[in-house]
Amino acid sequence: MNSHRFDYSAKFVPSRRQFLKVSAGAGLALGLNLGVAGSSAQQGNSDSLLEYNAFVSISPDNIVRVMIRNTEMGQGPYTGLATCIAEELDADWNQIVCEHAPANTEKYGNAALGSQGTGGSSSVPGGYIEMREAGAAAKAMLVAAAAEQWNVPETEIEVNNGVLAHGNRTSSFGELAVAAARQSVPSRDSLQLKSAGEFKFIGNEELSRKDIGKNDGTAIFTQDIKLPGMLTAVVVHPPRFGGKVQSFDASDALAIDGVQHVFDIEDGIAVVANDYWTALKAKGTLHVEWDDSEAEHRSTENILQQYHEIVQTPGAVAESVGDADSLLAASDDVHELEFEFPFLSHAQMEPLNCVAMVDGDRAELTYGCQTQTRDQEVVAELLGTDVSKVSIKTVFAGGGFGRRANPFSDYVLETVRIAQRLQGTPIKLVWSREDDMEAGYWRPAYVHKLAATLNSDNNPEALQVRVAGQSIMEGTALAERAIVNGIDHSSMEGLVGMTYAIPNRQVELHTTKVGIPVQWFRSVGNTRTAFSKEVFIDHLAESAGEDPLNYRLKLFAGNAKETEVLNFIAEKSDWRNFTASAGKGRGLAIHSSFGSTVAQVVDVTVDGDNFTVDRVIAAVHVGTAVNPDIVKAQAEGSIVLGLSSALSDQVTLTDGLVDQNNFHTYQVLRMNRMPEIEVHIVPSEAMPTGIGEPATPVIAPAVANVIAAATGKRLTSLPLRLA
Amino acid sequence: MVYELKVNGETFEVDVDGDMPLLWVVRDHLDFTGSKFGCGLAQCGACTMQVDGLATRTCVLPVSSAVGREITTIEGLQSEAGKAVQAAWETAQVPQCGYCQSGQIMSATALLEQNSNPSDREIETAMSGNICRCGTYPRIKEGIKLAAQAINAMEVA
Repeated sequence: MNSHRFDYSAKFVPSRRQFLKVSAGAGLALGLNLGVAGSSAQQGNSDSLLEYNAFVSISPDNIVRVMIRNTEMGQGPYTGLATCIAEELDADWNQIVCEHAPANTEKYGNAALGSQGTGGSSSVPGGYIEMREAGAAAKAMLVAAAAEQWNVPETEIEVNNGVLAHGNRTSSFGELAVAAARQSVPSRDSLQLKSAGEFKFIGNEELSRKDIGKNDGTAIFTQDIKLPGMLTAVVVHPPRFGGKVQSFDASDALAIDGVQHVFDIEDGIAVVANDYWTALKAKGTLHVEWDDSEAEHRSTENILQQYHEIVQTPGAVAESVGDADSLLAASDDVHELEFEFPFLSHAQMEPLNCVAMVDGDRAELTYGCQTQTRDQEVVAELLGTDVSKVSIKTVFAGGGFGRRANPFSDYVLETVRIAQRLQGTPIKLVWSREDDMEAGYWRPAYVHKLAATLNSDNNPEALQVRVAGQSIMEGTALAERAIVNGIDHSSMEGLVGMTYAIPNRQVELHTTKVGIPVQWFRSVGNTRTAFSKEVFIDHLAESAGEDPLNYRLKLFAGNAKETEVLNFIAEKSDWRNFTASAGKGRGLAIHSSFGSTVAQVVDVTVDGDNFTVDRVIAAVHVGTAVNPDIVKAQAEGSIVLGLSSALSDQVTLTDGLVDQNNFHTYQVLRMNRMPEIEVHIVPSEAMPTGIGEPATPVIAPAVANVIAAATGKRLTSLPLRLA
Repeated sequence: MVYELKVNGETFEVDVDGDMPLLWVVRDHLDFTGSKFGCGLAQCGACTMQVDGLATRTCVLPVSSAVGREITTIEGLQSEAGKAVQAAWETAQVPQCGYCQSGQIMSATALLEQNSNPSDREIETAMSGNICRCGTYPRIKEGIKLAAQAINAMEVA
């Protein structure tokens, strides 16, 4: 999701809200009060039934429960946020249990998004201080309780691995939980957080994961939920975007044993049955007439052709430094490349689904929800009720890559519309893979045009960028923040504010109107901008006859972080001693997003019109690596996703009909095309920055750059094709 | 129609249409939800179970064809190879979102039961029917190698 509206370094400075004790049965529970200071009047009353829920609670059975406000989709907030709490609490890692927090902006809001939700690679960076403080506050209260019981000074009590000790006396957290809950909550200013040298959990590569149950089938995803009386719904969507149901005949469907209901919902027809297979079979027997009069009928080929034409003309100016226009107009040696990016389906392994039950003015939802409070608001609006009457329970999400954070809550509202019609009945909406791929929302297609002139030192003197494509923010709740003066900054993030030293720069945007539903994809605009920027810089280095790494280092002069990462990967990959051999080449790319900087060096073998990616060496600078193994896993996974779109992923339309609808036509990366991957973390004690997304967009330009070096063919369209 | 199925060593009777894929019988009617739905076309492997010891895409296997066969889901994985794979998955911290991992583990187990010392190439061939969009492939490969080592060490001992 979007991160560009925020100063990544500043946005996670914790607010000055104070911790409050909350009621969580017997024992100690601490939450953060988002309200104003002064609510401390509530402190000291262990029986108070405060509105605020807890980030951390300790019960007499010695369980430390951590409420996770972010959605666990495999990117690691369970382990990451638990690590922060365990560190300052000095807990035993095995006593920590994580669970998803309920939907509630006030309690669990994400400062980066202005609501409770997961995006912008912000879970661990956003919780790094708050969760550590929650752990430190809980520990202080345990220590105060022990000091009182043992009648010794607090300073003489030691806490290690979930045990408090003074001399021969010891006590578990659980034994002191009730007494600790009677202590006053320390102010946040009084908390002393550990220095990096004292860390036992943060930076520990050996910690086990907290999102358990994934190796034995016991982890529960939306697809696995079964409630008494629950029915399964499938939906027939219009074959063309913008199509409407004109008429339908459900008589064959309703004749099937186990089919309960067939009815028209907005933009589709719902088939509700006792189980999925029955619903799917019934769906296949429906006879539907569609009204396509307002539908999108174009082919993607025509849409992209139009984009190529548009980028020949000036667009809305998003960034202007110096006078790039005049310099380019005056030059007779302009370097120019045009780039093309297809629509992409996120194709997360768990097709979209949601469970909802509507009963009068109340709704209960359970699913792998990624934008808890936005979904809560739109559901409340649909039902004409208050958000307090819409409960959302979040379960593990089977991948997301952006798709589950739909800005219009599309699949959630679809479920609720069906559940609203069937009052009191729990409804599980299940999209087939075909629904998931054909019904949008996709990463939008784009065309970029980059043009530059070089000075006498072969450095870029002027750069003009033109970008054409659909806005992913338009019409969303984020539009107000994300679109400024008609310019959606996510459309060009990564191309504005470029870190290469180029004295004259102009970035222009054409926001196109196309009837195809689009939204963010892991690393958002960077999926495109990193490619065009890094391929273009490589092209300029080649034109200048300079080594691509040295050329970048020269242009990063004065930019300490990128310089450090490039030097680091040069060493890790032994860049300067590599010699290309017949058909084998090496290339690189570097990009900063979500506060982090990632460089990748790639080895590729070219054989005629085919090529194989053999090896990827990645360097990631994420500040403090809270969970180094998760940082590596996220980088590995991002490289796989990015490589998949570099090699094959694309959705196309022919006359408005989707050409790909399952994995036989949308050929995502499988193990047989996997390179070796080696991830190195740049040592740092800085504040943590994102890792869920920033390694994604670096691989495609790195591969394209090797191919250019090995074959002389500068590929500028994704997926990469030599023939 | 009533079908008798042997799943995880137990016998179940289900009254469903004969064309209902085994996956949906097992998930929706027998409540073993560890095997997942990913594509419905035998393209992604999330639904992989062992049927008579072979890794099988059950989203396209009609229940009528599964009668009289030994069906094992992730919930019933008891073999030495299966346990070794699960332990290796823990050691290598394989899962991310985890949705495909039951299928990955079932495919990996079937591979190691037939070949306890697979080459890289053999691993790639056996596992390329299982998609992981989170990109855990490097760790899946590492996990299979760890499990193979453990199995071979047990056999030597």
